[in-house]
Amino acid sequence: MDVALKILVVEPDAARAQDIIDALKDGGWGNVFIVSDISALAPKLTEIDPDIVLIDIAHPDRDTLEHIGAISHAKARPVAMFVDRSDADLTQAAITAGLSAYVVDGLQKNRIKPVLETAIARFKMVEQMRRELDAAKQALTDRKTIDRAKGLLMNARNINEEDAYSLLRKTAMDQGRKVIDVAHALVTAADLLG
Amino acid sequence: MTIHEVKCGFLPLIDAAPLIIARELRFAHDEGIELQLIRQPSWSALRDLLALGQIDAAHMLSPMPLAMTLGQSGMPTAVDALMVLSVNGTVIGVSQSLARDMEKTGWTADFSSPAPAATALFGSKRKIIRIGIPFPFSMHRMLLEHWLSAHPSFRSNRVEIITVPPPRMADAVANGTLDMFCVGEPWGTAAVQQGVAELILPGSAIWQFAPEKVLGATHDWVEQHPDASRGLVRAIYRATRWLDQPTNKPLAVEILARSQHIDLPHEAIDPAISGQIVRRKGTPPISPDHFLFFQKNAGNFPWRSQAAWIAERIAAWGGLDHEDAVRRGMACFRSDLYREYLGPLGIDMPGASVKVEGALRASTAVSSTAGQMILGPDAFFDGAIFDFDTQ
Repeated sequence: MDVALKILVVEPDAARAQDIIDALKDGGWGNVFIVSDISALAPKLTEIDPDIVLIDIAHPDRDTLEHIGAISHAKARPVAMFVDRSDADLTQAAITAGLSAYVVDGLQKNRIKPVLETAIARFKMVEQMRRELDAAKQALTDRKTIDRAKGLLMNARNINEEDAYSLLRKTAMDQGRKVIDVAHALVTAADLLG
Repeated sequence: MTIHEVKCGFLPLIDAAPLIIARELRFAHDEGIELQLIRQPSWSALRDLLALGQIDAAHMLSPMPLAMTLGQSGMPTAVDALMVLSVNGTVIGVSQSLARDMEKTGWTADFSSPAPAATALFGSKRKIIRIGIPFPFSMHRMLLEHWLSAHPSFRSNRVEIITVPPPRMADAVANGTLDMFCVGEPWGTAAVQQGVAELILPGSAIWQFAPEKVLGATHDWVEQHPDASRGLVRAIYRATRWLDQPTNKPLAVEILARSQHIDLPHEAIDPAISGQIVRRKGTPPISPDHFLFFQKNAGNFPWRSQAAWIAERIAAWGGLDHEDAVRRGMACFRSDLYREYLGPLGIDMPGASVKVEGALRASTAVSSTAGQMILGPDAFFDGAIFDFDTQ
């Protein structure tokens, strides 16, 4: 496993934070940072750029962490959570659901390592799928825009589809721009002109 | 009668009252529901437990079921809003120093005029105004954005919206992390009582009829538990009707203060329930119109058009396909089930499930299943109108 993995732990209680550091060290992770004050979380995330964030499931600051992830376009990261009580049902449900946040049974040292490893692997898989889906959606949107631009040209210049696309491509090449950018400009202009 | 056990998550806020009253006054029991209330430390935790099936239903911020369904918050999960639990009830407050800077622009707080307040805010010479909200997917954020972005001086880089757990809102203002907040009661009142903030507007001044909390459950749970789902909605409907009776309010405050579920003192609960808000420490209370209500004016009815309004905002934040998000979002607000569950009890229902949001400047009679009912007002401060039928 990646020994250089950077882990940020959100934990206000110093003794508990130390327990977590010890458990992680035993698991082979020495690159651990602690943030105890949530208002320092946003700058810490930027500064440390951790690979994973650990936070207690019962921590009220989870909502703040969610917001930073959702709004600031920060790099998506897995967030693992831990609970003090043994809650096998919940752990199982989280793992089955593929939640990128996992629940560690208390702080049993032998449990942290496999759970973190699974969390990271699962997270990478979900991220990959998300990226592929985003790329597919983008491609679809681009195609719609290009089709509209072609339609506009066909109407305005009374040319066929192939010629319309050639014209778009030539304009793009002449101007050193992408075909989609030229198509966008054309569609926007047409919308403005009504 | 079969008894259905229902585990319901909630956050300790005044507007969890319908759930607490449904349990404590045994409205749930009368419907065959053994209602267990499970307190949660954060909206994220509540959301995850609902998605994982550890709780059956939940007190949720109205945008949450849509955000979950549209895959924007936590694990993508189809979640239905069975009914609206509360309408309005949020407050906007500013730090003492920001209030003084706003006053220097010639502004006087009247606790009812959003446009002049925004002018004073942007005229305060602050480079960045940091505003606390309880969760990224909240009506609080939607109201703030609607209010501030309409102003000619609005620049997105002048406003920073930050999530802060409501119990810590007052501290965040006191230590300078926040200049301002939009939060549900009792946390606005708490910040006033601590002398760190002044309230400048109720949320209802921005939108007079904003669905604040809803009863959420996963679509799968609703499908698989029709009896429990019906019983729950009926019990909570009775609780909300009870809560809106003026003569019940003193007793409601007593029950909520005594309840182990909410754990707040009497004086923290009373202002929101009685609608008597102290804007600034040491000043007499004000009674804003429509501050917080639970059932009147078809308040519980999950209008598809409210869902559409919320979905549009979520789509804009997440860069989602607008039409698809609105269509799927509207389907989350289950006005169909609401009619099916409550219709047989002879409860009057609006004739339509979509209304033109923002069109009612005053209370208005509209057609209903029983003839006529009173709706609204539901106007936005700037006269904005959202007609989802024509889109």
